[in-house]
Amino acid sequence: MLKEKYTTEIADILSRYPVKRSALLPLLYLAQREQGYVSEAAMQEIAGILKLTPPQVYETVTFYTMLNLKPLGKFHLQVCKSLMCALVGSDILIGWLEKKLGIKAGETTHDGLFTISKVECLGACGTGPMMQVNDDYYERLTEEKVDRILADLKRDGTSALKTGPFMWPEPAPAKRGA
Amino acid sequence: MPKHEPVLLKNMLQPGYTGSLADYERAGGYQALKKVVGKVAPADVTAMVIKSGLRGRGGAGFPTGVKWNFLPKDYKGTKYLCCNADESEPGTFKDRQLMERDPHQVLEGIAIACYAIGAETAYIYIRGEFVLGSKILDQAVTEARAAGYLGKNVLGTGVNVDIWVHRGAGAYICGEETALLESLEGKRGLPRVKPPFPATSGLYGKPTVINNVETLANLPHIVNRGPEWFASIGSPPKSAGTRIFCVSGHVKRPGNYEVPMGITCRELIFEQAGGMRGDKPLKAFIPGGASAPFLTPDHLDVKLDFESVAQAGSMLGSGGVTVMEEGTDMVWAALRLMEFFHHESCGKCSPCREGSSWLVQTLRRILAKRGRMEDLETLVQLCNNIAGRTVCAFGDAEVAPILSTLKYWRPEYEALIREAEAHRAHELPMAAARH
Repeated sequence: MLKEKYTTEIADILSRYPVKRSALLPLLYLAQREQGYVSEAAMQEIAGILKLTPPQVYETVTFYTMLNLKPLGKFHLQVCKSLMCALVGSDILIGWLEKKLGIKAGETTHDGLFTISKVECLGACGTGPMMQVNDDYYERLTEEKVDRILADLKRDGTSALKTGPFMWPEPAPAKRGA
Repeated sequence: MPKHEPVLLKNMLQPGYTGSLADYERAGGYQALKKVVGKVAPADVTAMVIKSGLRGRGGAGFPTGVKWNFLPKDYKGTKYLCCNADESEPGTFKDRQLMERDPHQVLEGIAIACYAIGAETAYIYIRGEFVLGSKILDQAVTEARAAGYLGKNVLGTGVNVDIWVHRGAGAYICGEETALLESLEGKRGLPRVKPPFPATSGLYGKPTVINNVETLANLPHIVNRGPEWFASIGSPPKSAGTRIFCVSGHVKRPGNYEVPMGITCRELIFEQAGGMRGDKPLKAFIPGGASAPFLTPDHLDVKLDFESVAQAGSMLGSGGVTVMEEGTDMVWAALRLMEFFHHESCGKCSPCREGSSWLVQTLRRILAKRGRMEDLETLVQLCNNIAGRTVCAFGDAEVAPILSTLKYWRPEYEALIREAEAHRAHELPMAAARH
């Protein structure tokens, strides 16, 4: 149950809005963080917290692509396939991932580690091809970089190749000793 | 020294600048807020913004101060400011950089706007995928609140400004301002029928202003350096100030470039972004995000300001400039964008919901060399039955890729169809009948 485990976090979220329903997306994110997807039980509980009917919660969940109604792999590889990334090779990237992982886009590997999804524009058009893995962006991808990222994820659960605070072109490096 | 003086990107271009509160203060941050809050009448701040000529940087280009003035006068109840950080127009990636590299510049802009319109609460509606950006903003809000720039009793003046970061969850349409409000209210992001406009009935039915991240980030500079300074940059009076253009596609140096409005497309693509990757000739470009009609090499000397780009038959939109080299298949390019729009159609209006599906299917058929000449007429008819027949501007946007590629590269469509016809001529009558 979310209410017991996240009492303070839920209270903090609710305090931001004068109307309870506004807390719906934040609470759904909380549920998804907990279980990896939004379960029916979670939707029921959230409906109770926000004094909504379960269908009101469900109709909202189904509108948004980032909320999953089914469990996915531990690492959700979302590759942008929109025009800007496609111009610089996102189809090749998708093919490479499919080959490396032995699955098609939309599928999850047998070990439950990786799910590949083709998604629409993620707002990283100048640094394509790119993919989002769970919360992190990986940009300017090449086959070599993808191989390293997959190995890092398997071994460490994350990769140093993820993008930090974004700026492109990159600023000049700080002068040493300045 | 860069050829053009950066304004919004100035801090982050300094080596070692981290975007922390200390860094921002050292660079003169929050001086503008100190200058206005409790010292300048809110109406005078609005007048200053109108005088500067600042227009919205999100896509529509509406004059910012004029938008603020639409709020009901002498209204004593709650008002809201929403910062539109949904940045989801394909080709656009400037707000992400502004938020992640210099978050306090955005927050100071929000605080100034809140003061001017009399809002005590602002929500930053940030697209759900920008997890890092939302964390950076959250942390910056906490820092600014602790330093007295935000929260209750800002700088001891009795003014309250609370800012909350609210993540969307993956829906392009939530960048449309009334869909954003619906989403912020915890509902499906379906655009509202206007009127009433958000200025009179917005978030929770209260008067609300919605401004883009880049628009708000300009405010501290307008206060610090004066509206006359701002109005002298770019192509005043209609296109004052700088724009951060996001260059993507087949160029040597894609990325964000802040330049005065009114430089030519040629300068942006060939000087700022380094010219064409592999030095192939340029075939096409989109000047203002996926919703803007394609342009051709003949348009390279068009000035990047609101009026000039509109005159050329496209729009400046969100500032996302996507460049395509010779050899790019324009039917394929139109299909890629059309697939985006079909996926993102919210489903509220039938012409857009059904029409986008028909457009994708027709384009796929043509690209798969199974089209017929009459398909081209069907495409145009479908487009004409979508544009102007929907609740929001999405309907007008989604037809741009098809109508503009048909206008300039119709022979490419026809060549694919002629191949299909040649193929069909060799089929047995029974097989042909199945098409």
